[in-house]
Amino acid sequence: MIQFLSFLISGISLGSVYAIIALGYSMVYGIAKMLNFAHGDVIMIGAYIAFCTVQYLHLPPLVAVLAAVVVCTVLGILIEGLAYKPLRQASSLAVLITAIGMSYLLQNVALLIWGANPKSFPSVISLGTLSLFDGRLRITSETFVTILANIVIMIALTLFTNRTKMGKAMRCVSEDKGAAELMGVNVNSTISMTFAIGSALAAVAGVLLCSSYPTLMPTTGAMPGIKAFTAAVFGGIGSIPGALIGGLLLGVIEILGRAYISTELSDAIVFAVLIVVLLVKPTGLLGKPTHEKV
Amino acid sequence: MRKNKRNFLNNAVTYGMVIVAFLLCELAISGLIGGFKMSRSLKGQLVPICVYVVMAVSLNLTVGFSGELSLGHAGFMSVGAFSGVLISQWLGSAFPDIPSLARVIAALVSGGIFAGIAGILIGIPVLRLRGDYLAIVTLAFGEIIRNLINCMYFSLDGKSLHFGFNNPNLAGKLVINGPMGATGVNRLASFEVGFVLVLFTLFVVMNLVNSRSGRAIMAARDNRIAAEAMGINVTKYKMIAFVTSAVLAGMAGALYGLNFANTAAAKFKFDTSILVLVFVVLGGIGSIRGSIIAAALLTILPEVLREFGDYRMLVYAIVLIAVMIATNSPLLGNLFNRIRPHRMKPGKEAGKA
Repeated sequence: MIQFLSFLISGISLGSVYAIIALGYSMVYGIAKMLNFAHGDVIMIGAYIAFCTVQYLHLPPLVAVLAAVVVCTVLGILIEGLAYKPLRQASSLAVLITAIGMSYLLQNVALLIWGANPKSFPSVISLGTLSLFDGRLRITSETFVTILANIVIMIALTLFTNRTKMGKAMRCVSEDKGAAELMGVNVNSTISMTFAIGSALAAVAGVLLCSSYPTLMPTTGAMPGIKAFTAAVFGGIGSIPGALIGGLLLGVIEILGRAYISTELSDAIVFAVLIVVLLVKPTGLLGKPTHEKV
Repeated sequence: MRKNKRNFLNNAVTYGMVIVAFLLCELAISGLIGGFKMSRSLKGQLVPICVYVVMAVSLNLTVGFSGELSLGHAGFMSVGAFSGVLISQWLGSAFPDIPSLARVIAALVSGGIFAGIAGILIGIPVLRLRGDYLAIVTLAFGEIIRNLINCMYFSLDGKSLHFGFNNPNLAGKLVINGPMGATGVNRLASFEVGFVLVLFTLFVVMNLVNSRSGRAIMAARDNRIAAEAMGINVTKYKMIAFVTSAVLAGMAGALYGLNFANTAAAKFKFDTSILVLVFVVLGGIGSIRGSIIAAALLTILPEVLREFGDYRMLVYAIVLIAVMIATNSPLLGNLFNRIRPHRMKPGKEAGKA
């Protein structure tokens, strides 16, 4: 029972990371209608930046997180401006391929700068471990901080999209780009803003991910990126609570599957659940059903 | 009637292009072209080029002609590769005096059949979904197939074949060794077989596209509701395209598996699906000739870029982004139109594109 609880908690912790990444995916998809495949690699860059600030500059962890957020935000805006903006009118597949190219580019830049050898990420959160039930249930501070960060980010983002002018503009653009433009919304800056927020979230996710799973390689971001995208679809793409639920469920299923069914098949189980969900609810758990008009 | 003739010419050009390319390669291998000697690494790329051409053309059937974005094409390739390798190795062990060509053909056929079965199983749920949801489910299936193959162990003991799920302790010699993939494979693939497979793929795809079924597939792509109203069974035709594409990918996979002594299941991850999708999009969606050229060029490109050393994949990525922006940006498009004002109006082309 206690063992189950500990698996559940690490599942929620992993799921929180997925949820934060999924948010970035989901927001970008909702507004720019594109799968930003480079998102997973922004996570990796964020983690490397944090790694360098702690390891080489010997700065406190909080500064490292801030540095990662700043660099990734700038990177996100740059990527959008250089690679995706010229393709605003192009077919969605062309944008998809460009995003894939961007993903290769980031991975290879990281490979050139930091090399292929995995770096051991120093945990930026070391506040000790909480022991419960005579030490049979141990919860690390990483887990706590991850879950806490997830909750804070979710609340902040919900408030941002619902209460602020920029958030309203984002919702407008995601609903109807043309109409939003007619109403005086600056579509380009709104999309840039979305990329900035998504990339900042990716940086946070990168630091959290590598604090719990401390191997850092140029390909570190790829698989969590795919999983998080799956989570976003799972919960209904474009919806903030959807990303939260999708991410958490995915994390819990993955950890429980790995613990109780098979280590090798944990990914297969995650994806199988996704398929079943999509067959029952084709637009995800919280997605709005769209009706086709003739 | 005129349209038939144009189709015929179009197809003839494509076949001709492939045949000429093949002959040139053969000449280059035998050193008959003066002053040009094909390097070893380039020669090693010949079979993979054939494999990727087949992969790209078959994916184009799903993405271009059927209009469904599939991100799990490498899954079918891996099913084909491992079933093909298994059959070929089993034949070699059970009947030692069977000619190797027969083993290759058996491998290709069985690779196609197993991938086709996988295609049917996957197609039934997948084709109920639309757009990006369909894409993510094909991605999920590709990953599931890879994960399952990672847990499979097959061994050969004379004529008998043993199978273990997550259990490598089998009698005889392991042929498929879980995460290590296929090991100790007799390398039977040759450029000639690859060439024949490419021709076969072109034959199947071009005839399908220009047939009644092909027109139904494209009608369902252009407007699902209108096609349904005309009495086309949309699901059936989407299924035909999807399964044909899976079968061809399986055959390509079988050839790929026979080209290397060792093939790990990790070779067929999501990246490979994406790579093939890049070929299709870069070559032009719905253009078979484009897929062939893009697949061939982009397979060679990393080899050619070898002189850049570590910067090789970086250059590859930059080329990819630059080409996509150059061919799709409205700014440059206008520039091209101004340079070549006699180009056909987009409206006229719309029917073909």
